[in-house]
Amino acid sequence: MNSIINLQIYQMALAYVFIVILLFIVKFRGIAREKEILISTLRMTLQLILTGYILVYVLNNKNPLYTILIIIIMEIFAIHNIFKRVKVKLSNRIKKIIAISMILGTLSSILYFLLVVININPWYDPRYFIPIAGMLIGNSMTGISLGVSRLVDGMNSQKHLIESALMLGATPKMASKKIVNNAFDSAILPTINSMIGMGIVFLPGMMTGQILSGISPVTAIEYQIAIMLGILGSVSLTVILFVQLGYRTFFNDQSQLILDE
Amino acid sequence: MFHLKEVKYKDILNIENLIIPEYKVTCIVGESGSGKTTLLKLLNKIISYDSGEIYYKNKPLSQIDSIAHRRNVVMLPQSPAIFNGSIKDNLLIGLKFAEKPIVSDNKLTEILEFINLNKKLNENAQKLSGGEKQRLALGRILLLNPEVFLLDEPSSALDDETEEIIIKKLVEYTKSNNKTLIMVTHSKKVAKDFGDNIIEVKKGKIIN
Repeated sequence: MNSIINLQIYQMALAYVFIVILLFIVKFRGIAREKEILISTLRMTLQLILTGYILVYVLNNKNPLYTILIIIIMEIFAIHNIFKRVKVKLSNRIKKIIAISMILGTLSSILYFLLVVININPWYDPRYFIPIAGMLIGNSMTGISLGVSRLVDGMNSQKHLIESALMLGATPKMASKKIVNNAFDSAILPTINSMIGMGIVFLPGMMTGQILSGISPVTAIEYQIAIMLGILGSVSLTVILFVQLGYRTFFNDQSQLILDE
Repeated sequence: MFHLKEVKYKDILNIENLIIPEYKVTCIVGESGSGKTTLLKLLNKIISYDSGEIYYKNKPLSQIDSIAHRRNVVMLPQSPAIFNGSIKDNLLIGLKFAEKPIVSDNKLTEILEFINLNKKLNENAQKLSGGEKQRLALGRILLLNPEVFLLDEPSSALDDETEEIIIKKLVEYTKSNNKTLIMVTHSKKVAKDFGDNIIEVKKGKIIN
């Protein structure tokens, strides 16, 4: 296998030229999105450069503390992002449940995946730990965001059905079962869909990266399959934890629906 | 059966003393917004009072498990929920919620006759008219066989003739099966003809 072509500065500049062309088209067509495109391009560039340097440092100075610190930052950022992304109003109780589900769901998946499936040594090896944790946390974050929106929306819009069920003697669990199942479905659907299209409609990012860097496609595929199973597991586990704990925040200890808090 | 003492709920209800007798038909009347529905909800424990105490069979409601209580004292809201599915699904869902044994189709057909609903069990419940849905929901709670029925305007979507028939059957059923019926009604006639006991609520207070 040939080693990868190192992109030169001028080649990077050419990539940006592509965006400049895009900006002209957008402006010409009167689509008022230049600002968003510019800001997101700039943010992406700065964030990645920064991450690149941090990763170089962390990979060269292997230390469990660095790995743990990075995972903590990732989790905090992901949880914060969920709060920001969900358009519905969240109670403090449900925010707590989101944080707990994210941390428990992703950490147990990450640890199982790295220590049992890939069996990395040392356990904190940042070369494996950081990218894989990133993928699991990122996908779980997207999943749980969808789940949160669906659950909160469902509880609010179907208040009438839930209350009717409670009046007939249903437990909160029975009364909200449909909404909980719906939230779970919509949260894992994007992951399921991406698995269905994988390898035919598109080549997943990690695999593409490994192939570009000269690794045999067979090895790349092995990793990709494993990571997809890991993602599915992590998303499902996180979302199950969330919906199972989350619906309870809509009820008090007298099994009464509370929506105004 | 129920005894309310100094019960307050937000600015909506303020009841000093109220006794609702067992095995009787109690009608609650009053203007809209006077707190009739809130009173039923308190008795069903779907909401909790801020102060005072409600006793059910001499036991404070606050010490009774909410879910067990609602299975004994079932409430039918004014616009009851009809769930997606057939008439049969909608009748059985109450039993499922209350974790009671499922009954045979024969029994379900009997219930449909009782509530004057001339439909088949497998028909789509969402396609029923307002009045039919109301009767279906009534059938659903009859199947649950509770001790107390709390009905919020059970005949509001029915024409006078059907109202008369249904309420009459309901009252007969209640009396012959030793049940207690507590019913909010807008109809003075229903209250006068069928109520053993009439409670009038005005601006959150019992005036009668």
